[in-house]
Amino acid sequence: MTGLRQIAFYGKGGIGKSTTSQNTLAALAEMGQKILIVGCDPKADSTRLILHAKAQDTILSLAAAAGSVEDLELEDVMKMGYRDIRCVESGGPEPGVGCAGRGVITSINFLEEEGAYDGADYVSYDVLGDVVCGGFAMPIRENKAQEIYIVMSGEMMAMYAANNISKGILKYANSGGVRLGGLVCNERQTDKEYELAESLAKKLNSKLIHFVPRDNVVQHAELRRMTVLEYAPDSKQADEYRTLARKIHENVGRGTIPTPITMDELEDLLMEHGIMKAVDESIVGKTAAECAVA
Amino acid sequence: MDLTLDEVKARNAEVISEALSVYPDKTAKKRAKHLNVYEGDKPDCGVKSNIKSVPGVMTIRGCAYAGSKGVVWGPIKDMVHISHGPVGCGQYSWAARRNYYIGVTGVDTFVTMQFTSDFQEKDIVFGGDKKLDKIVDEIQKLFPLNHGITIQSECPIGLIGDDIEAVAKKKSKEYDGKTIVPVRCEGFRGVSQSLGHHIANDAVRDWVFEKGGDKPPLFESTPYDVAIIGDYNIGGDAWSSRILLEEMGLRVVAQWSGDGSLAELENTPKAKLNILHCYRSMNYISRYMEEKFGIPWVEYNFFGPSKVAESLRTIASHFDDRIKEGAERVIAKYQPLMDAVIAKYKPRLEGKKVMLYVGGLRPRHVIGAYEDLGMEVIGTGYEFGHNDDYQRTTHYVKDGTLIYDDVTGYEFEKFVDRLQPDLVGSGIKEKYVFQKMGVPFRQMHSWDYSGPYHGYDGFAIFARDMDMAINNPVWGLTRAPWSAGQ
Repeated sequence: MTGLRQIAFYGKGGIGKSTTSQNTLAALAEMGQKILIVGCDPKADSTRLILHAKAQDTILSLAAAAGSVEDLELEDVMKMGYRDIRCVESGGPEPGVGCAGRGVITSINFLEEEGAYDGADYVSYDVLGDVVCGGFAMPIRENKAQEIYIVMSGEMMAMYAANNISKGILKYANSGGVRLGGLVCNERQTDKEYELAESLAKKLNSKLIHFVPRDNVVQHAELRRMTVLEYAPDSKQADEYRTLARKIHENVGRGTIPTPITMDELEDLLMEHGIMKAVDESIVGKTAAECAVA
Repeated sequence: MDLTLDEVKARNAEVISEALSVYPDKTAKKRAKHLNVYEGDKPDCGVKSNIKSVPGVMTIRGCAYAGSKGVVWGPIKDMVHISHGPVGCGQYSWAARRNYYIGVTGVDTFVTMQFTSDFQEKDIVFGGDKKLDKIVDEIQKLFPLNHGITIQSECPIGLIGDDIEAVAKKKSKEYDGKTIVPVRCEGFRGVSQSLGHHIANDAVRDWVFEKGGDKPPLFESTPYDVAIIGDYNIGGDAWSSRILLEEMGLRVVAQWSGDGSLAELENTPKAKLNILHCYRSMNYISRYMEEKFGIPWVEYNFFGPSKVAESLRTIASHFDDRIKEGAERVIAKYQPLMDAVIAKYKPRLEGKKVMLYVGGLRPRHVIGAYEDLGMEVIGTGYEFGHNDDYQRTTHYVKDGTLIYDDVTGYEFEKFVDRLQPDLVGSGIKEKYVFQKMGVPFRQMHSWDYSGPYHGYDGFAIFARDMDMAINNPVWGLTRAPWSAGQ
């Protein structure tokens, strides 16, 4: 098991975590790395580009059908995809019922006990939007992911989420040794996006590990349920993911303990870059009509 | 050699500081507020109560689920009470608290049976509502004579947010308006079982009274209808109470909840007076019935002939002369029997000192029964009492009594060791600790598998049991042979 790298991708919902992670992992596989992807999102869409499948049978749905998770075998839940990347999906309940966080814990324990990690160079966890409870923090606890990569963009909410996730990492950084590997900025073409991402990374005591430019080839590949690496291996975008993969591969042991910032600091950051005007405290909480009178 | 009052107070204060001295400063500061020597002229016992127990100590408290399933709802005999969640809570509260009942178990009564949804990992992850739905169907099929169902929530139900109310409503509709009561008594709520009592009371209000609507009473009212509230019929307590009320001319239309039924709960709004024994666990619903239906309520105490007589007169004062005369007739009839009991046991028990630590009403209510036997309660405390309990306690305890709220295992041992009472009355977890210390003990939760202790009949049994514990010859044999002569 020496040399097993465990990493995790976190980020605001809809930011492109799954797309970025699958493309990057495909590039790592191209480099000859043996990869295991553990999808930790009840939507179970973390492996569709690798498997060319709509959705994979999840550990939890199979366990529910079989009676309990102890009734499952590893072969039942693990699928092979592009370049022999092994894929499992934790799965979880439908929105609004049960406890998805407990599902993540159950699944990860099952995989460890069944020896799913044996022979892998990389285990990558793809986790939903935010560290909402202990269950979704499972991948960043002791002996799990060593480095977290936060996928974000220049949008304010994505930056808030990145800061929140850093708080989660900080909590476990001292007890478990997890580190923030860096920020991955998925270009949304917002104003001064690159500068903003870079200064947020600096504030968080981290680095912008890569700025992934926007390119429609990603969407074209997605429609075919493929990664760009497989669909258009010679494209410029494929090279971007290769670069990111190489940077992550070379980033071993270089993660940092993040220094999350306050809401005020985050707003200051936006003002510094001229994204947000200084807030006039007198207008806070006033409706348009009230402001017009004043 | 008896100590003077001042010496007792000084000794008790010293014992408290000795106990506190072993704690870390922060713990000592917190625990100090729960321990006191009662000053006779004060309106309360001078202790804080109903506060979270200090981490790291052994507390004797239970949880909200225990308060609802174990105390309030569990004894309702013709309803099936589902322990909803993993198997342990139901398993370890199986068979209830010796709440006696009449009926055929498994056919029309279910108190000593255990029903659980036995949650597995998948029920946590995917939610347990479907399973609950199915359990209701199974109960209907296997036990068609049940009159209703309650869903007693264990901790995980609140954590995963299962919508048990929706299931209850849906199943109620499917089974022609059957009473199905979801109770949000997750164990982590509140600081003790006390919140569970309150939640259970509120569930009666919301799902029996308010949801049941204004059903016509199933009986013809009389001016003498009363409901016994807060008697759990442990060892038959409610029965030995009920006969006295009936003898004085009242009609008992409901027992809450020992040997009680759903119909009795539903009928109670037609009662003329609610008589309340365990104030702590059922004052909430009594207050509600007073506001909503205009039924007055009165507290009473059926431990020991002095308090029984006093209580019969108090209850009778709410009725006409017929009942008042009835009360006097009952008191006169039983007094010679009580005199005989006292004549037999008082010489054997006179002057014996007792320390209590129990829940509900007993830390104060049983004091009168001991005093009828010439005994003295020198220390008492509540597991889960509130300030209003400690105010009521002042009517019972003597100046200088040691008071300990939510006592820790360590403190209780320390106090008993230093005060050397002749009897300790507490629960099963405490019993063997004190017996090994050579101190006679009676379990005062379950009456040590004896009872009833309520009413006149109960007092005769109470007196015999206390004599049996204290004057058992075994206590003379506890000294090791090698330490003889020391």
